[in-house]
Amino acid sequence: MNRLNQLFEKKKNNLLSVYFTAGYPELNTTLNIAEALEKAGADFLEIGFPYSDPVADGPTIQHSSQKALDNGMNLNLLFEQLADLRKRVSIPVLLMGYVNPMVQYGVERFCAKAAEVGVDGVIVPDLPMYEYEMLYQGCFAKYELSNIFLVTPQTAEARIRKIDELSNSFIYLLSSASVTGHNLQVSDATETYFQRIKDMQLKNPTVIGFGIGDQATYQKATAYANGAIVGSAFVKLLGTPGYMEKIPEFIKSIRG
Amino acid sequence: MKYTVNEQGYYGDFGGAYIPEMLYPNVEELRQQYQKIIGDAGFKSEFDQLLKDYVGRPSPLYLAKRLSEKYGANIFLKREDLNHTGSHKINNAIGQILLAQRLGKKRIIAETGAGQHGVATATVCALMGMQCVVYMGEIDMERQAPNVARMKMLGATVVPATSGSKTLKDATNEAMRDWIGNPVDTHYIIGSVVGPYPYPEMVAQFQSIISLETKKQLLEQTGKELPEYVLACVGGGSNAMGMFYHFLDDEQVKLIAVEAAGKGVNSGHSAATSVLGREGILHGSRTILMQTDDGQVVEPYSISAGLDYPGIGPQHAHLHKIQRAQYVNITDDESLQAGLLLSQLEGIIPAIESAHAFAYLEKMKFEKSDNVVVCLSGRGDKDLSTYIKHFGF
Repeated sequence: MNRLNQLFEKKKNNLLSVYFTAGYPELNTTLNIAEALEKAGADFLEIGFPYSDPVADGPTIQHSSQKALDNGMNLNLLFEQLADLRKRVSIPVLLMGYVNPMVQYGVERFCAKAAEVGVDGVIVPDLPMYEYEMLYQGCFAKYELSNIFLVTPQTAEARIRKIDELSNSFIYLLSSASVTGHNLQVSDATETYFQRIKDMQLKNPTVIGFGIGDQATYQKATAYANGAIVGSAFVKLLGTPGYMEKIPEFIKSIRG
Repeated sequence: MKYTVNEQGYYGDFGGAYIPEMLYPNVEELRQQYQKIIGDAGFKSEFDQLLKDYVGRPSPLYLAKRLSEKYGANIFLKREDLNHTGSHKINNAIGQILLAQRLGKKRIIAETGAGQHGVATATVCALMGMQCVVYMGEIDMERQAPNVARMKMLGATVVPATSGSKTLKDATNEAMRDWIGNPVDTHYIIGSVVGPYPYPEMVAQFQSIISLETKKQLLEQTGKELPEYVLACVGGGSNAMGMFYHFLDDEQVKLIAVEAAGKGVNSGHSAATSVLGREGILHGSRTILMQTDDGQVVEPYSISAGLDYPGIGPQHAHLHKIQRAQYVNITDDESLQAGLLLSQLEGIIPAIESAHAFAYLEKMKFEKSDNVVVCLSGRGDKDLSTYIKHFGF
């Protein structure tokens, strides 16, 4: 059982995950930020490996990715930086990025390296479900890595069932049809969607992301799902002076 | 047909649909519906009627006598530059707007590089009374200002893409983001044979009118349906795919795709994807892509805004890999010279994109009896300022 499964076994509600881009705002701050987030009370982490053309991301995360690439971040370097991950961080860690850098690195090699440094799962929004199933599922299983699928308000029920079947840690619910960085606006339609998913009684826990950036949105999300993910709001914080010192306060402001 | 797509959306090793879940319902809806819709008799008749009366098809196949004399072969020009709006792009735009209507969409988005696809999309939106938003790289908006004005006059909103290289690739990213945010009422009219399946196949089918007409016209004019050579320029590759489409299974026809070498293939300022690229995934399909060792997309360069795209359509990647078509390249300077030559020998000012295809004639050896078709994909009005700057007119 990997760390993610242990976490979801232990804690059923109010989970908080935080996303940040490796190599942003500075090249060598990845582990420092991860460590600070754990100390501040994050339950698990998503470390983004940057890509030049991140179509699912809004301006904040796209900017952080470009800056990280300009700083010299790449997958080789990220795995080098993560060599000490498990000496410094005990909570589950996921890698999040796009399919082309992973394919160029080699999917088997990527999985092996991720497992070696102690990564627990991967989120690759543009990796097609059928390709994962046909080509990579075995590889992910071999290295005990979870592959996280996204669900949007438009995802059909049959597809959600299929995603539930293929998932083995949690399902990432997008709060709305949008790229990252839009504020969550809870409307009747959003609540109906969240409730619809809740009523499906999926075997995997759900975590809501996209648009979660303060206590109000965090509370709304965790009322319907097991947890919530904060991305753009935290990446914005990393773009401000003295960001390391501000991390505990940021997490407190979300959790309340 | 031997070289077309399989049921999973692949041409050999290339194609597929690498898209985030947010786009899955839109793309899946298209995949399930498009063949049914475009195969419908009502659709066909409306499409054919508009191509005839609105676009002005069939576009002529013109035997360019002075050019033929110069190169020692029969050089035919497939005159897509004579289409309404000035390029081949209108064929696909008409097809997709009719499709969008039948899918019940109310709003159209598009990306554009040189502006020709943006103009074509804005045109069909005006024709059908649909809302139109066109994404265009900030740099392209500067170098293709007349087309920006055209789109605005046609009622479209033109949104500058300010990220990355501020050109076509980034405009495509922005259009995809818009689509993610508007999944229900919006159709994305992709302008080339790129993007997730079914786009490459759908756009190729709409553009295949080019080779369909060419075969018929060649037979009428020469008594032979098949030429020895077919040439077309390739950015994403839609005019080339339309020009090649009905010749793909005629193995004796040599297909030549001309990419933009920019300032030279090894200059660091190039868009010669088939030479500089390797297999990768961009904008939803597995194809050949200019990228770093780490899988980051490399910014392409060409003097021609329509050709500076870092990838090629997946069908082109397949034709390149199995060597059914030959992928060559032409520099900025060579293309401008070819544009001038065509202007002065035939009285036709070509788009700089198309001039790349003409420039390659210089590098070929012909038999006197060879029939050669070059796709004159667009007219050069939009590029006048570039020609003026280069030649100092």
